[in-house]
Parts: sequence; structure tokens; C-alpha cells
Amino acid sequence: MARRKSPEVNAGSMADIAFLLLIFFLVTTTIETDSGINRKLPPMEEQIDPPIIRQKNIFTVVVNKNNQLLVEEELTDIKELRSLAVDFLDNGGGSGEEFCDYCQGDRDPRSSDNPDKAIISLKNDRETEYKVYIAVQNELVAAYNVLRNREFARLYPNEGLTYVEADLRYTDPRTSIDDKSSLKEKLDVIKALYPQKLSEAEPSKVN
Amino acid sequence: MAKFKKNKSGDLPAISTASLPDIVFMLLFFFMVATVMRDNTLMVQNTLPAADQVQKLDKKDRVIYIYAGKPSSRYIDTYGTSAKIQLNDKFGTVEEVGAFVLAERAAKRQELQNVLTTALKVDSETKMGIISDIKQELRKVNALKLNYTTRVGDYTQNFN
Repeated sequence: MARRKSPEVNAGSMADIAFLLLIFFLVTTTIETDSGINRKLPPMEEQIDPPIIRQKNIFTVVVNKNNQLLVEEELTDIKELRSLAVDFLDNGGGSGEEFCDYCQGDRDPRSSDNPDKAIISLKNDRETEYKVYIAVQNELVAAYNVLRNREFARLYPNEGLTYVEADLRYTDPRTSIDDKSSLKEKLDVIKALYPQKLSEAEPSKVN
Repeated sequence: MAKFKKNKSGDLPAISTASLPDIVFMLLFFFMVATVMRDNTLMVQNTLPAADQVQKLDKKDRVIYIYAGKPSSRYIDTYGTSAKIQLNDKFGTVEEVGAFVLAERAAKRQELQNVLTTALKVDSETKMGIISDIKQELRKVNALKLNYTTRVGDYTQNFN
């Protein structure tokens, strides 16, 4: 007598069900690519007597309400901002204790003494557009990155990385802890050579 | 040899589709894992400005999001066209930003409360006034780590 076979369950619609789910997830997916410019705000308590900073150590960038850029009181195109900021930071005009031995700038006594003293002051109007502000921030960060990349390549030529790449690797959660600590040491050295001193004034009211 | 009976008719055997569900499931699992559900419905226009000197944002559970921009088209009738701040699912005023950040911070796990970043997702057409106000509010509640979220691209895209 032939053995009775149990009837096979029809799995033909399985694909349909799976497709339905697949399409749902396809539609709702947003693969996260959030990135941006990191900034640190100054704490609220005001300094009682602000330190005296010499005018030549301040690089003023003003964006007015018509989105025009004033660099050191001169109307400038944003394309020139990066190189102007690099020249200012890398000037190294100081002598004696303030001498900067790794700077490769013009050593103009009328510009900044050394990168540690050099401060970029950014001021914008309340009517400035956000995209212009971001473009200016981007160029100023780029100026620091240019110099930090240069120093990183000079001090650690064996790494085969730029400063920005090293920083990316440092922040990557997949990097092992040993790598992180060795990277952090190097990054800190570079950061100390060109500290990011970017001061933002409170915006001017519309007059 | 009955056991090795030849297919006498000579037809091509039908291709088995039995493995199709497996393939689809594989895709399904990939998208399930890679999916991040949008937790906020955007009520403002949100075209981010472009920048190329960017750093990756921290893990999602360490970030507080604040949106700002003009209300989207279906809210324009009610809220007008001037730039608004969106906190979670509703519009907020500048004064509410501080309380919002404190509430969000309190909702996070203890060990994360000191490493939080505030991400500003602001439409590129917005005026700086509202952003400066937000920044002042953030300073008041001591939320000093800030990220201007941007799209990756050349800065010249911002000028046209």
C-alpha cells in the first residue's frame, strides 16, 4: 500500500509577503549621512576684564546684511578668504619668546605674532543668510585644516595620512583603542601648534 | 533502468523559484538593519547648506536635534512665511529652546548627559538672527557642543 503523503504547503506567496515588507522598508529607509561643522559655544559667565589683545593679532571677518564679506575692513570675495586666513595664521611675525619656528609665512611684523596668539574674529549681522555664514565658517575651518595637514605631513610622514583623515579615523567607532590613543597623541600635538581660536561676536542689530 | 528515467518529452525543466524568497529576505534584512526611522515629521523647509570641512555627527542617541526654517507649504496658511523653530513635533519659540534642551537632556541616560551635542538643522535661506537667538539660549542652559548640520558639497553651491 502506498504511503500517504502529507500535502505540501504552497510557499508560492512567500515571495509576495517578503516583497511587501521589503518595499515598506525601502520606502521608510533614510540611510543616515548626518555630518556638519562642529563648534563649541563659549560659556555664559562673562570675563570680568577681557585680556588685552593687540590689534595685529586679530583677523576680523564681518558678514553684513547684504551677505558681503569684509576681511580686515576690506571688501573681499569669499574665494580669497581661505588663503588670507592661512597667511594670517601662518605669519609668525613674533620674535624672542613669541618666535614661531614652524611657521612658513611672510613674518610680517604688522600681522600675527604666532598661531597661538592669532585670533580670528567673526561677526555677522542678524540679516545675514545662514548659507553664507556656513560658507564663511567652512573656509575658516579649511584654513586651519590646511595648516594642520601640512604640519601633520611634516611631523608624521610615515603615517601616510593627512590631519583630516587622521581625525576621521580617530572619531570612527571601529578604530581600536590602541590606535585611538596613539592617534590622539599626534592629533593633540598638531592641535597645539595651530589651535583653533575662532571668536564669534554677538550679532549686530539692524540699524 | 527505471531509476534513471529520461525526460522523454524533451521540454526544458522549469526554473525553480524556490530560492526567490530567500533572496528577497536577504534584501529585506539588509534594509531592516540599515533603516533609521524618521522620528520627526518635518514641519519646516529644510534644505541644508553645503560645506566640505565637515565632521561626522556623534551617535544618534547623543544628539538633540533642533530644526529651523520657513514653515513648509501646508503650514504657510497657519503660520506665515517667517522662519520658525521646530522642537520635536511642534513649532516653538526661542524662549522654549532652553526648556526643550533641558527636557531632552533629562530624558537621556545618565552617562550620556554630559556628552550631548545639539545639532542645528537649519534651512539655508534662514537669516542669522534666529540662529543667534538659539545659540544664546543654548549658552544659557550650558549646552555648548554644537553642530551645524550640512550637506557635503563645495561651499560655492551656497551662492546661487
